Amino acid sequence: MIRLLLRDIVLAVRAGGGFGLGLAFFLIVTVLVPFGVGPEADLLSRIAPGILWVGALLSCLLSLDRIFQLDFEDGTLDLLATAPIPMEGVVAVKALAHWLTTGLPLVLAAPVFGVLLNLPGPGYVWLVASLALGTPALSMIGAFGAALTVGLKRGGLLLSLLVLPLYVPTLIYGTEVARRGAEGLDLGAPIALLAGITLAALALLPFAAAAAIRVNLR
Amino acid sequence: MSIWEYANPLKFMGWTAPLVPVLSVLAAVALSVGLIWGYFFTPDDYRMGASVKIIYIHVPSAMMAINAWAMMLVASLIWIVRRHHVSALAAKAAAPIGMVMTVIALITGAIWGQPMWGTWWAWDPRLTSFLILFLFYIGYMAMWAAIENPDTAADLTSVLCLVGSVFAILSRYAVNFWNQGLHQGASLSMDAEENVADVFWVPLLVAIAGFVLLFVALVLVRTRTEIRARRLHAIVARERMG
Repeated sequence: MIRLLLRDIVLAVRAGGGFGLGLAFFLIVTVLVPFGVGPEADLLSRIAPGILWVGALLSCLLSLDRIFQLDFEDGTLDLLATAPIPMEGVVAVKALAHWLTTGLPLVLAAPVFGVLLNLPGPGYVWLVASLALGTPALSMIGAFGAALTVGLKRGGLLLSLLVLPLYVPTLIYGTEVARRGAEGLDLGAPIALLAGITLAALALLPFAAAAAIRVNLR
Repeated sequence: MSIWEYANPLKFMGWTAPLVPVLSVLAAVALSVGLIWGYFFTPDDYRMGASVKIIYIHVPSAMMAINAWAMMLVASLIWIVRRHHVSALAAKAAAPIGMVMTVIALITGAIWGQPMWGTWWAWDPRLTSFLILFLFYIGYMAMWAAIENPDTAADLTSVLCLVGSVFAILSRYAVNFWNQGLHQGASLSMDAEENVADVFWVPLLVAIAGFVLLFVALVLVRTRTEIRARRLHAIVARERMG
């Protein structure tokens, strides 16, 4: 399983893997928003947590179809299905690899983009904390969506249609943590709920995603 | 003789054939009685005036929007556990009806909300969760439309329906957390202190019964159509082979 993780990370980081594309997309979204809403500093600092969360979510979405699609096309997924590791483990490892190559860079880059949006001082810690807690859930939910659509020729659009509604609770609690953190309010409840969603997604969704992959490989 | 014998497609076609016209007539009667009674023979509300009368469409359609998804969830579970094809087809048949009910609830709500709240739309928890429910319906239907193999489609949409249900409920409570609402609380529950007055309640119950009957009749008709389409597909495939 560790080999699989390393293999996925190497494939994603090497040329053609699309590594960095998500980050670039995140940057572009962050740059476009001030053009859309105007450059007033207080307005930007008020909406900064939400913008950064939505931007992170969208850039996460961008690379989801790569989780299983290439392996499905060249037959690697069939080999993995016959390998002595359970499909649930394969799904979890692939979601982890997706998070390490997409989610983690977003978490680390978010404070820099926060400067662009004039995020208030105490917000940085909580922005990073909320993204670090929430993006694993985004990767796992996305892996489930990718598993559902892996057999389709043009699954990309359907994938976004399926996955985005599933992101709603994570987004709500994530932005709530970041916003309350930026305004210095009490944030025990949303951070507990966000962690709950992430843990539940990590615990349960591998089974659903593995079931979907088995159907698609039939 | 178990209850599952009724799920055999041939038997299903047999016992639903006489049921569909009966249910349709009952639905038409209940809907006309409920709506005409509600619209013409109930007093105007002292605060809301005549606009209160949209309740006879808004409340039943909102209830059916949720119950249709619940029915799809049960049908998906039956498909996963017992693999009855009729069950998967019934879930497929119910989705567009549920989506239309969601749209009706949203639109009638907007029409009512404009004079009452002074806005067509507010990011109120109930409104928002209905919008999310609408997105779930669209995703579910798109999934059915995108996959060619019917068994694969049934399996994948069932998994989606199960996971989607969990996330729909999560979203329902998440949006509650996110914004306080304008929407009034439940006014039909059995245990509430204050409910809708009886003058409004009785025709409303009739209208709800009408919507339920309409939903069941439509699901049966659409499921029968799906079974026929499946048969036609099989015949065409056989002709091509021979």
